[in-house]
Amino acid sequence: MPGTYIPSDYLPVAIIIIFAALVGLGAVVAGILVRPRRPYAQKLYAYESGNPPVGEPRQKFSVKFYIIAMLFVVFDVEAVFLYPWAVAYDKLGIFGFVEMMLFIFILLIGYVYVWKKGAFEWE
Amino acid sequence: MEMEATISLLDMRLLVPELTLICVGLILMLLDLVVRKKELIAAVGIAGTLVAMYGTYKLYGFYNPQAAFAGMFVVDGYSNFFKLIFYLNIILTICISLKYMAIEKASFGEYYALLMFSSTGMMIMASAADLIILYLGLELMALSTYILAGFMRNQPRSNEAALKYFFLGAFSSAFLLYGISLTYGLTGTTNLKGIAEALSTLSIMDNPITYLGLIFIIVAFGFKIALVPFHMWAPDVYEGSPTSITAFMSVGPKAAGFAVLGRVLFDAFAGMQVQWAAILVPIAVLTMATGSIIALAQTNIKRMLAYSSIAHAGYMLLGIIAGTHDGLTSTVNYLMIYLFMNIGAFAIVIMLRREGVQGENLDDYMGLSKSHPLASALMLIFMFSLAGIPPTAGFVGKFYVFMEAINAGYVYMALIAVVFSAISAFFYLRVVMYMYMKDPVKEVELTTSPSMSIALAVTAMMVLIFGIFPSILLNLVRLSILG
Amino acid sequence: MVPLSWYIVLSAVMFSIGVFGFLARRNLLIIFISIELMLNSVNISLVAFSHYLQSMRGQILVFFVITVAAAEAAIGLAILIAYYKHNPTIKVDEINLLKG
Repeated sequence: MPGTYIPSDYLPVAIIIIFAALVGLGAVVAGILVRPRRPYAQKLYAYESGNPPVGEPRQKFSVKFYIIAMLFVVFDVEAVFLYPWAVAYDKLGIFGFVEMMLFIFILLIGYVYVWKKGAFEWE
Repeated sequence: MEMEATISLLDMRLLVPELTLICVGLILMLLDLVVRKKELIAAVGIAGTLVAMYGTYKLYGFYNPQAAFAGMFVVDGYSNFFKLIFYLNIILTICISLKYMAIEKASFGEYYALLMFSSTGMMIMASAADLIILYLGLELMALSTYILAGFMRNQPRSNEAALKYFFLGAFSSAFLLYGISLTYGLTGTTNLKGIAEALSTLSIMDNPITYLGLIFIIVAFGFKIALVPFHMWAPDVYEGSPTSITAFMSVGPKAAGFAVLGRVLFDAFAGMQVQWAAILVPIAVLTMATGSIIALAQTNIKRMLAYSSIAHAGYMLLGIIAGTHDGLTSTVNYLMIYLFMNIGAFAIVIMLRREGVQGENLDDYMGLSKSHPLASALMLIFMFSLAGIPPTAGFVGKFYVFMEAINAGYVYMALIAVVFSAISAFFYLRVVMYMYMKDPVKEVELTTSPSMSIALAVTAMMVLIFGIFPSILLNLVRLSILG
Repeated sequence: MVPLSWYIVLSAVMFSIGVFGFLARRNLLIIFISIELMLNSVNISLVAFSHYLQSMRGQILVFFVITVAAAEAAIGLAILIAYYKHNPTIKVDEINLLKG
C-alpha cells in the first residue's frame, strides 16, 4: 500500500531528529541560564585579547577552491547513477554493463581533460 | 504497475549519429591538449559531422520511422530532417568562426567540442518521444550553449551575455520540469504517445491542471525559441556572444525548440489543439509585432538581427498554430531556409570584424558597395531573403507558412503577419540602402578566409536555389514529415 | 498516510517561492538558489506522483534532475566567476552593459 509504511519505518528517524534538536536546544538554553553575564565593550572585538583587526574580515578566496568544488560536485553527483545500476545489475545484464562503461568512459575523458588542463595543481 | 520494458544492446544502433558526434566532441577535447593548430581541430570536427550525417542518411533509411529504448527514442523523417539542419548548422558555424575566433583571441579547441555537444543535445531533442529524454537533450544543448555564449572570457560583454542566458535558461527549464511533473502526475506516463492516450481515455482534457502543465511546457520552449513575452534575454545575449555563436544560437536551439514543440503538441497534446492554438495565437502576434517594431530602432546590426530572429520565430509559429501536418511542413521548410539566410547574414557581419574594429554598427556599412561590391551583393541577397522579397528563399518560406495559416482558417493571422513582414522590410532594406546609397565615411577592410568564402558561397547559393526552385526543398520536407 | 495533495501543495508553494525569489531578489547568488529551489520543488512533486502512481518514471527523472542541477550549478558558478573577474558585483541592477 502506498504511504502506509511511512509512519512506522521512519519513526526512529523522527525520534532521533527530535532528540537531536532537544539536546542542541537544551545545551544552548542551559548555557544561557548558567553563565554569568557581564558585557563590556572589549568583548565585542573580533580578537578579544589580541591585536586590533586590520582590514576586512572577508578575504577573497582563491579561484582554485571554486574549481575543486565544481569538480567535486560534478564527479560526486555522477555516482548517483552507479547505485541503482549496481542494485539492478543482474536484471540489466550486458546492456546495462556496456551503458555504464560508456558513461564512465565519458567521465574518464573529462577527468583526463581537467587533469591535463592543470585544474588539480595547487600552485 | 507499468509494463516491464525491455531494452537491449541492439537499441543503441539508432543512437549511432548521436554517439558519433559525442565521440567527435570528446576527441576534439583531447586533441586540443596535444595539437596547437586550430584548423586541424576544425577539420576533424567537420569530418566527424559529415560521418554522423552519413549515418543519419544511410544507416536505416532517412524516412523510415523506428523506435528504440522502449519507445523513448524515435528516428523518423521528422527527426532526421531536423538533424540535417543541425549538421549544416555545425558545419557552417565552424566555417565562419575559424578566423573570427582567432581575431577575438578566443581560439580554443573546446569551442568545437562544445558545438558538437550542443548539437547532440538538439538531435536528442528532435528524436525524443519521452519527456525525460526531451529534458536531457534540452539540458545538454543549453548547458553547452551557455558556455559558448561566454566563450570570449576576456570580454565583459560576452561574460554578461553568458550570465543572462544562463539565468533565464535555467529559469525556463525549471518551468519545463514543472510542466512535465504536472503532466506526468495526471497521465501517469512521460511517453508522448502514452500521454495522448491517457488524455483521451481518462478524459482529463478539460482539467485545469492539464492546461497548466501544457502552458508551462509552452512557456519553457517560448524561452528557448525567444517568443514574446519570453524574449527579454535574446537581444542582450545575441549582441554579447561571439558573432559566430549568435549565428549558431539563432538557428540551432530555435530549430530544436520547434522540433520539440511540433512533436509534443502534435503527438502528446493532439487532442487539445483548440486549447494550445488559443495560447499560441496571441504569442505569435506579440512576437511578430515586437520583433519587427523594436528592430526598427536598432543601430547595432547584431541586435537588429536578434530582433529579426524574434520576428521570424513568430512567422514560423504560424505553421504550428495551423495544427495540420502541412502547417508543420511549412514551419520546418522555413527553418531550413532561415538557417541559410541567417548564417549568411551573420557571416557578412563577421567579415567586418577585424583587429581593433567591432564593425557591428550600421554606420560601418555605409558605402560598402563601393569598396566591396561582392560582399555587398551577398548581404543584399541575405537582407532581401530575410525581408521575404522574391526571388529569394525567404519569400518562399514566408509564402508557405502564410498559405498554410490561411488553409487552416487563420486568415487574420496571415494578414497580421504580412503587415509586420512589410514593416520589417524597412530595417532590412535600410542596411541595403546604407551599402548602396551612402558614401563611405571610412576605409573598411574585410577579413576573409577560404572557409568563410565557402560558407558564403553555399549559403547564398542555397538562398537563391530554394528561392527559384522551391519545390526541391519542399518535397524533401513533405516526404520527411508526411512520409 | 499523507495525502498526495499535501505534497503537491508543498511543491507548488516552493516553486512559487523560487519564482518570486528569481524575479524579486537582486543578488545573483540568491537568484541562483531560487532556481535550485524551483528544481527541488519539482523533485518533490515528481517523487510524490511516482509513489502514488506506483510508477518508476518520476523517480528516474528525479535522478536526472539532480545530476543536471549539479552540472548546471558548476557551469553557472563558472560563468559567474568569469563575470566577477571583470565586474566585481553580483547585484542585478549593475549588470547593464548590454541594453537597447
